Amino acid sequence: MSTPSPITEEAVARAVESALAAIGAVSDSASLKAARSAHAGEASALAQFNAQIRDLPGDQKAAAGKLVGQARARVNQAVAEAEERILVAEEQARLEAEAVDVTALPSRWNRGARHPLSLLMEEMSDLFVAMGWEIGEGPELEHEWFNFDALNFDEDHPARALQDTFFVEPAERHLVMRTHTSPVQIRSLLSRPLPVYVAAVGRVYRTDELDATHTPVFHQIEGIAIDKGLTMAHLRGTLEHLARAMFGEGAQIRLRPNYFPFTEPSAEMDVWQPNAKGGARWVEWGGCGMVNPNVLRSAGIDPDEYQGFAFGMGIERTLQFRNDMNDMRDMVEGDVRFSQQFGMVV
Amino acid sequence: MRVPISWLGEWVDLPEDVTLEHLHAALVKVGLEEEDTHGFALTGPIVVGRVLEATPEPQSNGKTINWCQVDVGEAEPRGIVCGAHNFAAGDKVVVTLPGAVLPGPFPIAARKTYGHVSDGMIASARELGLGDEHDGILRLADLGLDPEVGVDAISLLGLDDAAVEVNVTPDRGYAFSIRGIAREYSHSTGAAFRDPADAVEVGAFAGFPVVLDDQAPIRGREGCSVFSARVVRGIDATRPTPPWMSSRLRLAGIRSVSLAVDITNYVMLELGQPIHGYDLAKVDPGGLVVRRAQQGESLETLDGKVRSLDPADMVVADATGPLGLGGVMGGAFSELSTSTTDVLVEAAVWDPISIARTVRRHKLPSEAAKRYERGVDPRMSTIAVERVAQLLVDLAGGTRDDAGVVIDRSVPLAAVVLPLGRPAAVVGVEYSRDEVVDVLRMIGAEVSVDGDLATVTPPSWRPDLVDDVSLVEEVARITGYDRIPAELPIAPAGRGLTRSQLARRRVAQTLAAAGATEVLSYPFVSDAVAERFEPGAASVRLANALDATVSLLRRTLLPGLVDIAHRNLSRGLTDLALVEIGAVFRPESGVTYGTDGIPVGAARPGDQTIAELNASIPPQERHVAGLFLGDALAKQPGSAAVPAGIADALDAVQQVALAVGIDIRPVQGAHPALHPGRTAELRVGDRVVGVAGELLPALAAESDLPRVVAVFELDLDLLIELSVGERSATPIGTLPAATQDLSLVVAADVPAAEVRDAIVAGAGELLEHIRLVDDYRGQGVEAGTKSLTFALRFRAADRTLTAAEATDAKLAGLAVASERVGATLRE
Repeated sequence: MSTPSPITEEAVARAVESALAAIGAVSDSASLKAARSAHAGEASALAQFNAQIRDLPGDQKAAAGKLVGQARARVNQAVAEAEERILVAEEQARLEAEAVDVTALPSRWNRGARHPLSLLMEEMSDLFVAMGWEIGEGPELEHEWFNFDALNFDEDHPARALQDTFFVEPAERHLVMRTHTSPVQIRSLLSRPLPVYVAAVGRVYRTDELDATHTPVFHQIEGIAIDKGLTMAHLRGTLEHLARAMFGEGAQIRLRPNYFPFTEPSAEMDVWQPNAKGGARWVEWGGCGMVNPNVLRSAGIDPDEYQGFAFGMGIERTLQFRNDMNDMRDMVEGDVRFSQQFGMVV
Repeated sequence: MRVPISWLGEWVDLPEDVTLEHLHAALVKVGLEEEDTHGFALTGPIVVGRVLEATPEPQSNGKTINWCQVDVGEAEPRGIVCGAHNFAAGDKVVVTLPGAVLPGPFPIAARKTYGHVSDGMIASARELGLGDEHDGILRLADLGLDPEVGVDAISLLGLDDAAVEVNVTPDRGYAFSIRGIAREYSHSTGAAFRDPADAVEVGAFAGFPVVLDDQAPIRGREGCSVFSARVVRGIDATRPTPPWMSSRLRLAGIRSVSLAVDITNYVMLELGQPIHGYDLAKVDPGGLVVRRAQQGESLETLDGKVRSLDPADMVVADATGPLGLGGVMGGAFSELSTSTTDVLVEAAVWDPISIARTVRRHKLPSEAAKRYERGVDPRMSTIAVERVAQLLVDLAGGTRDDAGVVIDRSVPLAAVVLPLGRPAAVVGVEYSRDEVVDVLRMIGAEVSVDGDLATVTPPSWRPDLVDDVSLVEEVARITGYDRIPAELPIAPAGRGLTRSQLARRRVAQTLAAAGATEVLSYPFVSDAVAERFEPGAASVRLANALDATVSLLRRTLLPGLVDIAHRNLSRGLTDLALVEIGAVFRPESGVTYGTDGIPVGAARPGDQTIAELNASIPPQERHVAGLFLGDALAKQPGSAAVPAGIADALDAVQQVALAVGIDIRPVQGAHPALHPGRTAELRVGDRVVGVAGELLPALAAESDLPRVVAVFELDLDLLIELSVGERSATPIGTLPAATQDLSLVVAADVPAAEVRDAIVAGAGELLEHIRLVDDYRGQGVEAGTKSLTFALRFRAADRTLTAAEATDAKLAGLAVASERVGATLRE
């Protein structure tokens, strides 16, 4: 005769019910831990039932084992579900707690800026590079031959005196601060094989006092193209291409007769600025013309075989009317607010 | 050149409704750029009045005023108060009536003054903008005028005229004349032109003793090639200049001096030919000689200055010495004066080069010199002399004398051969042959055509037309530049930006992206500043600096950044990170730069000469420099302020290194302008490429900068040059890494970099990465020493490292550090 089994369906169901209730009520990791320990741990009712199975008569073991096994599986499943639920809830709570005001975060980076003149020079240079031109360079402290004589400025010609040149001591040694980027024309023609398509950007110097429209140190862009068969039409085409890139599709170029020693014919160029603040307008932009044969001769080039054009304009002036600047002094004083209003784009 | 409308209209047909805008537009088309406009800036009613009564009334302030009754052609005379006394009852004067506005602007109204209502004003020449005299009111009789009372004084005095001012380019001297401008206006518009030269009658010249004797021509050109003179006797030099002439002179920007002088200026403006008048009584009867000045000669010029003459100056002299600086300015002694009765009128042609040099030498620009420098029409000398003589007869009551002379040694302008297809080939416009020939004839050239070639003799007033392209310009200019089409040329494939250009851009972009603001400073510094930054170094000095105290070219970018920092601080911008990329000028001590002479233009110098020219220019590398002050990071929520210091400068150096693609290492250094303990010499290998550090606090204080100002400067050109080399990849190991820290103790003055180098050398190739993570001094570390902690990362290419292998490598590093710098493992 055997004692009745303590592992009754009722007892197991009660234990399961009690466990599910406890597990269902947990709300955080701590209470889950307690509930797991109480209802799925070593000391839990179901664990004890499980331990008692081996004491049962052989014919009861299988049924009891199945009963307890299913019960424990249900409880463990509930624990796993509760674990997942609490993990999600706790992560959610943590995310909520970690929220910040994105408009009040500390910045670890200071805002820098390029100088708009540099940006403009780069933008203009890139346009010429895109056309297959190259960017030439030369020294700012130059020999007079490169700055004047080679460019057909006779030493006694009034045009030379009109250049407002900074001379370097001792003046009779013929060194000057270049008055234009045009010496780079000569340097390019002397050092490169023909044909030559070169633009030059850089600093130039004139003895003008600083005021709203003048600065003794400023920047120019210069272009020279020497090839067979180039005409003033090519000059105009190049300038219009540049003008459209700088001022928009509606930009146009107007040429007016003028005089420069290094070009003949020479022209003053105006640009039609279609999007100017205050309305479209003509603006004086620079000088240009067909390279004077004497300039070619200075570089050892036969003017009967090759001819070409050259042009030049002030970067400061371009920036002034392109970007609505009233005062040249802002460009040279180095006030960081001036550059910072442009940042990296002009 | 200022061009009064009425004067221009005498020699070329102008539209009835001509405006200043119209004139500017017409002239700019042919290359005479718009400069300005000029007028008398007054409006009426301004009328002729006759003083009926003038009653002196003494005032309490000591002045005496005249209470006048003036007939201005109205039913009743007007009562006018006048402070001047140079008139009397019966005089005709200019009366500005209420409603008129005089230059200033100075509106006239009836107003109460000195106990009367003054119903208008009696005007002086100066108040009318007609002259500078302010001795009293303008008496019309003094101008030789006796007009009806009540007539409009504005037109009577030529005050209704106005002028355009155009810019005359240096190649076109002839346009410094009404004659030249009228011709150009005609070219532009097709209006009929009448040459004022044709209106002058040239008489016979019976002789006057003049010798042209240039013993030292400059560049093979005689100083004086044409000399015309005519004697006019018995002038009344006290007569007034007629108002039509003085108003035109005034608009043209020439001050009215006296009738005879005004006439010479008037004719110069009209014909472009400078004229000089001598008081014949002051000229030695032996006559004139035109020659170079002699050593030691001096001359008092018309402006009252005594000038020491140079043997290269041209003078007109008589037996007593120089009377004038030829073509530039006359002498005071033989000057025309109010007592002059007999005049020698002279017009000459002087060599442009000789004139230009004399002007430069004596810093004496003049209206005459301006024209000679650009070239005058040699045909005008005689005509101008005769025109002046005629005006002296007509206006000054003189008598033309037969005495006179014309010496003409001018060389006719050379003919230029122009292939008729050349204009089209240069300009890109298909000009017809007729068009080309017509234009050249229109501008006054003689043209003969033979097949495809035209032989063109330029007109006497166009010495600038010397070659085929100058004729091409005439064709393009007269037919209009607006006919030139646009065509984009196709350049051969280029190589793009150079390596150096690309590197410089990367540097600038990187520094800006890292928070620095690019600035561009002037490269001029004072002697004191240059000495401060590089004592004893040679600098290039400007001969004509704008500010003589700031005449050196910078050898370093730092002073410019200090100046700019000062300016920003003074404007309340207290946190700064500035960078500049620019040329510096670094002559070597003891080297003489430049050359003795200059090669001529229009011919390629030999390779040797070009090399010499290039070698004669001082080195001028591009540098990059930066300056940091204030807070590197501002105080903000959750973060205290991080002050800027040398670390920011060194970071920027590494940004430059990254952008150039080169390793730059700092070592402890020294610099005369920098903090002795906070200066890093910057090296690439063994080459010094720059410096970083903090400014000497005293130097910072001199520019009102805070105590800590960090700076760096690098020779950017050198960096780019040194960065050449193959860049090959190292394989990237993917096996697990082993990381360990190494704390060791060294003497406090041992540079961390040396410790680091020793560890690297000892640890061998397993060490993949090393970083200094701590520099500790204080409790637990013996005084005079410091504990440095490095984080090490080891990795092998072919196996997973064991901890023991990593430890062995670490200890091998320690061993070398111990040997080199006495490092011990920190317990």
